[in-house]
Amino acid sequence: MAKGVWIVAEQRYGAYRKISFELVSAARKLADQLGEEVGAILLGSGIEGIAGELGKYGADKVYVADNALFEPYTTDAHAAAIAKLVKEQDPSILLLGASAQGKDLSSRLVGKLATGMATDCVDLKIADGKLISIRPMYAGKCNGEIVVSAFPQMASLRPNVFPAVENPKTAEIVKFDPGLDPGQLKTKVLEVQKDTSGKVDLTEANVIVSGGRGMKGPEGYGILEELADALGATVGASRAAVDAGWRPQKDQVGQTGKVVSPNLYIACGISGAIQHLAGMGSSKYIVAINKDPDAPIFARADYGIVDDLFKVVPELTKEVKKLLA
Amino acid sequence: MNIVACVKQVPDTEAAIKVKPDGSGIDEAGIKWVMNPYDEFGVEEALKLKEKFGGDVTIVSVGPARALETIRTALAMGADKGIHINDPALEGADAYNIAAALAAAIKGIPHDIIFCGQRAIDDDAGQVGSVLAEFLGIPQVTFVTKLDVEGASIKVIRPIEGAQLLIESSLPCVVTAQKGLNEPRYASLPGIMKAKKKPVDVKNAAELGVTVAPKAKIAKTLPPPARPPGKIICGEEPAEKARELAKLLREEAKVI
Repeated sequence: MAKGVWIVAEQRYGAYRKISFELVSAARKLADQLGEEVGAILLGSGIEGIAGELGKYGADKVYVADNALFEPYTTDAHAAAIAKLVKEQDPSILLLGASAQGKDLSSRLVGKLATGMATDCVDLKIADGKLISIRPMYAGKCNGEIVVSAFPQMASLRPNVFPAVENPKTAEIVKFDPGLDPGQLKTKVLEVQKDTSGKVDLTEANVIVSGGRGMKGPEGYGILEELADALGATVGASRAAVDAGWRPQKDQVGQTGKVVSPNLYIACGISGAIQHLAGMGSSKYIVAINKDPDAPIFARADYGIVDDLFKVVPELTKEVKKLLA
Repeated sequence: MNIVACVKQVPDTEAAIKVKPDGSGIDEAGIKWVMNPYDEFGVEEALKLKEKFGGDVTIVSVGPARALETIRTALAMGADKGIHINDPALEGADAYNIAAALAAAIKGIPHDIIFCGQRAIDDDAGQVGSVLAEFLGIPQVTFVTKLDVEGASIKVIRPIEGAQLLIESSLPCVVTAQKGLNEPRYASLPGIMKAKKKPVDVKNAAELGVTVAPKAKIAKTLPPPARPPGKIICGEEPAEKARELAKLLREEAKVI
């Protein structure tokens, strides 16, 4: 019988992505309810030394395969190795991150393992020994409770939503043979073009300062950049601003852009179209600054300021600098 | 070059989604149905490749009778023919079963590249493209924002957190389209007229040799969790309001 709550850890060149610790922590919670073990799968090149770190968040066992073919990530190599191990070990639950890598990998595993998955979950619970995964659908216009009837019961977790909680265990490290056949690898990463802005990606940001149509033009974003710098935040944009060419595509938050979950989302000059709310509705705190008191964004905001953002934002930057000085 | 573009009919992004009182799903009354926006990028890219390299573009869709409109839309944009998989057993089915049906239909036709949207904006699951690639035993490249064909392979750009990857894949291959790949064309009037005469094959699961066996289900659909009412910060001057906001964020929300 399928047993164990497993996660697939995510790392790049030997450095864990934060989602790995969020996954282990979420798995620990489920495993304690089920009275089962937490297993983690770690693939990479030269990563054996970091395997034990997952114990800090409650992993009982870390299955490690160290192979040059695992770095950089490709779907072929990772999905083949994980599917082989999971079929042998038969865990009951398998969690991945709903990150760029996790989305690509988890959906391939659904095919390889002939199972079902709840994508981009914001909550998990156990009822009658089964996993119930709660996830936004229709871009957050409603939630679904997903039950997977096959095994493993898969779920991918939205980054930044599940807290990483330390729960130290001495993880047993189990090396396994991924059984890779280089001839089976049909895709190859030719180049990694790093973003040199030094900014955290929107999907991983703790704080986002976002601007919409109310910014009036690309030059309006200067004051948002300054506020973002003071807060260590990343700047986002509404679809209106991206479609107008004021901001690049990668900055778009919303139903046809990025879905974000920061601790703090500051919406400036964003009216709050349903498509935008869909992309940032799971943020922990939402601030709206807009001169239109009837803007729908205020219905979603924890704190609102009805005023001219070009006057409020520079003042806010000053105040933040004072507080953080 | 033979290209397949998978499309799904979904509620328009403007649609207000109402959950049925018994939690069994959403109330479809009054919803305007459109082609999933990410699938449109796939159709557009398929048409661009056809213009460059020749060949056929086949549209495949799983959905009830109304999904035919979406197939016709893609045909009006310039695709050549359609396959409409219509079976009540596939309505609301999980990705594994939808992909099985798509794979069964696509296996029977030549395919060098298969486009899917990176996700459909109704269930937002984003799984079908990859599972389809697995069924067909071919590679996948997902969330693609740029694509070039070079001989028997493609080179694509895939954005990830903090970087872009340049990935090469052999063909045939499944490509899932992300916004930024292109600007989908509108169907022209002559295109719409022509589309009416283009062939669309209608198949059910049995005709495709597929048995639907659910792997996952939406046990309950719920309205989004309510947020506690917010606070509008009052004050005389912008500076005063900004000071109060900074204080609340620091002391009450503890987020800065």
